[in-house]
Amino acid sequence: MSLDPGFWALQTLNALQLSMLLFLLSIGLTVIFGLMHFVNLAHGSLYALGAYVAAAAATVGGYWTGFFLAPVAVAGMGILLYGGLIKRMRKSGPMAQVLVTFGLIFALLDLTRIVWGDIALAIEVPSLLAGRVSLFGIDYPVYRLFIIALGLAIFAALAMVLKRTQIGAMIRAGVDNDAMAACLGINVERLFFIVFCVGCALAGLAGAVAAPLLSVTPDMGLQILIPTLIVIVIGGLGSLQGAIAGSLIFGFVQTFGAVLAPQLASVLIYALLAAVLVIRPMGLFPAKG
Amino acid sequence: MKTTVLAALGFATALSMPANAEEIKVGLLLPYSGVYAALSNDIEAGFELAIEEYGSETDASFVLLREDTEVKPPVALAKAKKLILQDKVDVMAGIVSSGVLGAVRDLIDGAGVPLIVANAGNDEATGAHCSPFITRMSFSNGQVNRPMGPWMVEQGLTKVFTLAPDYAAGRQMIDSFAETFTAAGGEIVGQEFTPFQKTQDFGPFLAKAKASGAQAVYVFYAGGEAISFVKQYDSFGLKSDLPLYGSGFLTSPLYVNAEGPAAEGVITALHYVPTIDNPENAAFVTAFEAKTGRIPSEYAVQGFDAARALIEATKTGATDRDSLANALRQVHFDGPRGTLSIDPATNNIVQPIYVYETVAGDAGLTQKVLATLPATPDPINGCAMAPVSN
Repeated sequence: MSLDPGFWALQTLNALQLSMLLFLLSIGLTVIFGLMHFVNLAHGSLYALGAYVAAAAATVGGYWTGFFLAPVAVAGMGILLYGGLIKRMRKSGPMAQVLVTFGLIFALLDLTRIVWGDIALAIEVPSLLAGRVSLFGIDYPVYRLFIIALGLAIFAALAMVLKRTQIGAMIRAGVDNDAMAACLGINVERLFFIVFCVGCALAGLAGAVAAPLLSVTPDMGLQILIPTLIVIVIGGLGSLQGAIAGSLIFGFVQTFGAVLAPQLASVLIYALLAAVLVIRPMGLFPAKG
Repeated sequence: MKTTVLAALGFATALSMPANAEEIKVGLLLPYSGVYAALSNDIEAGFELAIEEYGSETDASFVLLREDTEVKPPVALAKAKKLILQDKVDVMAGIVSSGVLGAVRDLIDGAGVPLIVANAGNDEATGAHCSPFITRMSFSNGQVNRPMGPWMVEQGLTKVFTLAPDYAAGRQMIDSFAETFTAAGGEIVGQEFTPFQKTQDFGPFLAKAKASGAQAVYVFYAGGEAISFVKQYDSFGLKSDLPLYGSGFLTSPLYVNAEGPAAEGVITALHYVPTIDNPENAAFVTAFEAKTGRIPSEYAVQGFDAARALIEATKTGATDRDSLANALRQVHFDGPRGTLSIDPATNNIVQPIYVYETVAGDAGLTQKVLATLPATPDPINGCAMAPVSN
């Protein structure tokens, strides 16, 4: 094992980068979960859709077109899903919701296959973010730093909105007790719709950001779903702190697990998940006390 | 035009000799849906192309019955049963995943239906679990990687770090490379197996490879993992100090363009690349492009040669399950990959291996063949098989 400090700095940045990608995905899912008590297993598919839209737009108008178009397109898809399916499923039990959104995964997966084919797509990193920079004595890809910065910026923006604005207070009230919030004159259903759209847009953004790093394949949404669910279960449903804490824990356990105990790497995170469920079934930072 | 003429000739021959025309039912067992759908499309297109081009050389005619395995062993087993019992096929071809091959192996061996494997590379399928009814026209995991060991030592690379996904194929590919590499005097300075289909970020493993003091990295990845890996390897700037070598699936023509410039300079070994210089390959590439608009991948040539093997077998007069199985074991011909034959001791293909570098060409990335390593039969690997009966 290397004792070179540069090696550990590199791995720390790797862990942060993975955490931020997961944060972008899990924040939408966890707030939808917390506010609406709605289980949207198709969240990963929206991420895949975002990556495909970004890849398609990038071939026409370059990376940044895809970067800005993907969240908009995925939010549009979210509006369609909301109007067509989710609104009707609101009052049905969680089992029906899980089944419907689980089915949605496969419908969206085949839809992407029909539209974009089976062969993996890819986007080049934009020239602005290509190359590497020297940092703490190591060379690190600029694009990965961009992901870290973007994740932190979105975290700061969301924390700001939730803590300091009226709509943030309404969302917090809705998560805490939706019946009481509705009695106080908050239109919880409309709030829910807005949050759902923002969640979808963030999933689309995550897809667009991940696309140059990974390959864009039809099953990428399925692959990211389990890590995202682990993040929100560890972090606690419905809270911003939970999402960021869960993402950081997942990113660091996954990265340093792979370095220190490669044979255990894939088991470690599930062991941690089990431990959290036994000791704190509500997660580390649940929105409700 | 040429195919039309050939087809017309074949039609005429069939009309003039109706008594000899045998209809052979072929069951194509491929994962048309799921992660390997793109591979299936190439295998099927290659298979159909060979029947169009060479079908007139034999008196037999072919009826194709397609079944989707969905890359799920139980589904594949049910579909194989349907093909054998209900459709009463004479021969089957296809199988992309080694897991699926393992699931249908006993059924095929027991029912005595010949199967031409068009991808699945598990060493055991032509080793300890070999069957006189299973003939492999694709490759074996060991076959593709074994010649790279001595070749890399010859290039002066004696310290290598290896990486592969943690599943049977990943381990077989790396183990067979490591075996010949260390035998030739090389040293494996580090080895990692990454969780299969659960690793999106290779960063942690790349940092370990960099810190290992190796002269080169040797890997096996395929499909989406290969694209992520090659792009991330390049983004960390490792390619200049630590050249990337591996099994040729890493930079398959099927998805090398998704890897983009990151794949330039990667040197790998495979049983087929579209730039092999021989007349059969030139004709194959032209015909495949005309049919599909794509450059053929190794999967396409596997489908093509699977159908050609079947045609060659029927040319010996074989028409039923037993005689086809027997004839398939003795097939040999010159194809796009060079001179191919079947080793009757294991029923695995014997073929040359090409070392190639991915380079920038006029229209995107292309493959520059650096060396052709001679064809050698795989070791028997515990295969005990009845000799060919004639």
